[in-house]
Amino acid sequence: MDFIWLDFSDAAFTGPLLLTLKVAGLATFGALVLGVAAAYALARWEFPGRDFLDAVCTLPMVMPPTVLGYYLLVFIGRRGIVGAWLQEHFNITLMFTWQGAVIAATVVAFPLVFKSARAALEGVGKQYENAARTLGQGELAVFLRVSFPLAFRGILSGGMLAFARAMGEFGATLMVAGNLPGRTQTLSLAVYSAVQAGNDALANTLVLVISIVCVIILMTTSKLLKPRC
Amino acid sequence: MKRTTVFTAVVFSFLVIAGSATGAMAQELIVSAAASLTDAFSDIEPAFEKAHPGVDVVMNFASSGALYRQIEQGAPADVYASANPKWMKKAVDKGFVDKSDVQVFARNSLVLATPSDNLAGVKNLNDLVSKKVMSIGIGTPETVPAGQYAKGALVARKLYEKMTNKMIFGESVRQVLDYLSRGEIDCGFVYRTDAVKAGDKVRIIEEIPLEKPVTYPISVLKEAVAPDMAAAFVKFVRSHEGMSLLEGRGFKRP
Repeated sequence: MDFIWLDFSDAAFTGPLLLTLKVAGLATFGALVLGVAAAYALARWEFPGRDFLDAVCTLPMVMPPTVLGYYLLVFIGRRGIVGAWLQEHFNITLMFTWQGAVIAATVVAFPLVFKSARAALEGVGKQYENAARTLGQGELAVFLRVSFPLAFRGILSGGMLAFARAMGEFGATLMVAGNLPGRTQTLSLAVYSAVQAGNDALANTLVLVISIVCVIILMTTSKLLKPRC
Repeated sequence: MKRTTVFTAVVFSFLVIAGSATGAMAQELIVSAAASLTDAFSDIEPAFEKAHPGVDVVMNFASSGALYRQIEQGAPADVYASANPKWMKKAVDKGFVDKSDVQVFARNSLVLATPSDNLAGVKNLNDLVSKKVMSIGIGTPETVPAGQYAKGALVARKLYEKMTNKMIFGESVRQVLDYLSRGEIDCGFVYRTDAVKAGDKVRIIEEIPLEKPVTYPISVLKEAVAPDMAAAFVKFVRSHEGMSLLEGRGFKRP
């Protein structure tokens, strides 16, 4: 089996790696903010259609990435519902840009944060929150000073899984951001291109790098989730 | 009591699965064909099955390069139809195909096309370097023959280097076509057959003159599971009926 030596001055390798870290990092941030907000809303308030909303929020986790890619194409494409509006008013095009890849990765990573955060927030005892309220804390303070710190480990593990998922995102990214070397080619797309072009040595190395990073993330996550004595 | 019921159910479902697997007696023929052949070969499939009862043709469409990789990695296939001679030659060189089995069965041409409204106002190839044109769709030249042809033509005119930063590389020529018909790119290089298929959504600007014509070779693979049936399929594609189905989708005779 051939490998190429990891040369950090080689753009064929560092380009996709840095782009992947940038895209996955921003996507994880987006997924954390949106996921925790949605999880808090669904964990705290009862309202009609709550189960439906929960299903919609979980959908990206179970749907084929190509279906998500198609949804995104229809929404944020140049002639899409949101895309045409952005183009007209702000002259922003998301198609074939790394920002488009961030959106695709955020959507697929979102349910992982949402699910973990909801479970973690629901595990926070109501009595602590109520105690904070009796001490005169506002709702935002209750969330920031009681609920969030208590649910932190669950949210963090969700965030790490989201990062791993965002790093590996392929299908939706390919459809929305394309596979443009140096612009939108992330690690998973670079692996695909390397295999297609018969560059097995590059593919082997990239696959190894992704695998190692993902194993580290998963091990850290399971460590975080272990119950504290 | 309950456990036996579950056990019976499990055994029964295994029997059903096994039964349906052996019940499918129809001989399977796997045809790996270039993405640009999708419509033509989808027409040929039922016609061939009608002429050869008991054969189930399974089509596998992807870019010619991707298909070659699959064959190289040992994916089962009986027939390989490529959109250019390069990948077929590779298959011959690597011993997956016998050179004497390779036959050219169709011709196509490469065109520059735009979405129907042509917002960037493309009139010819030289307009692509202008600022109005922001994105140019092209199949990845390393794996997509249509992209390779387009690159060759652009390099010959010394235009390629000037526009690489605007290029949107598609995984197959059909992806470029999809971007065109959705208006996601300002223009793109596709086969005439693809542009014709897209109908009103895509406008052909000009045909790109190529040094060598776009030819489609087809061959039985050496490791075909059903070599006789595979040979019959190749023969059918080149028959009068096969040719007229290909022509119906805009291909030309070799």
